Amino acid sequence: MTLDFALELVIAAALVIGGVFGLIGSFGLLKLRGAMQRLHAPTKATTVGVGSALIASALDSVMTTGIASWHEILVTLFLFLTAPLTALYLAKVHLLTKPPADLPPTGTDRGWSNSDSPDRKVTPADL
Amino acid sequence: MLSFALTFALTCFAIGFAMNLLAFARAPTIADRILSVDTMVINGIALIVLYGVKTGSNLYLDAAMLLALTGFVTTIAFCKFLLRGSLIE
Repeated sequence: MTLDFALELVIAAALVIGGVFGLIGSFGLLKLRGAMQRLHAPTKATTVGVGSALIASALDSVMTTGIASWHEILVTLFLFLTAPLTALYLAKVHLLTKPPADLPPTGTDRGWSNSDSPDRKVTPADL
Repeated sequence: MLSFALTFALTCFAIGFAMNLLAFARAPTIADRILSVDTMVINGIALIVLYGVKTGSNLYLDAAMLLALTGFVTTIAFCKFLLRGSLIE
């Protein structure tokens, strides 16, 4: 009885934390000004939010059926592996479509490597 | 207590989903639009998982897993297309 109550308390805390983090992540996406700042808010906060929701789901299945299911752990692992990749690719797209205006000169006849390559010159017309 | 927390979390993620729709409509660049769709997918995963907790069913986790996979592939495909002009070179 007390163990069930403690488990229920932990599940409720995970649910509330996850909900608040998910809300903060989406609010940051809407509110922040810079494109890189907008990238920061959802990739961190929403991963914590979904992670807490999945922990709550796993503990709930332990509490109701007594069997721990592996699906939650798989989904959490997959999201934690892919969130940095998604952020990296979105940052690359942002840097290519809108290069920073205050870049110092490179000192060579080539530009910076993310907009100028030895093989192919990437111009905004390519995008 | 658990049902109150569950309703709170579901409401939070639903409001977040609506905020993502607004962010998608107001996005200034295409990278922001991809980011808002990616966040929408993540919020949808959370909504599906919490609905599975609410109904006590184990089936919804498979749908959440599929959505996580396709959401990641979609985002990477969009970004790759914008970066290189094609998906498979």
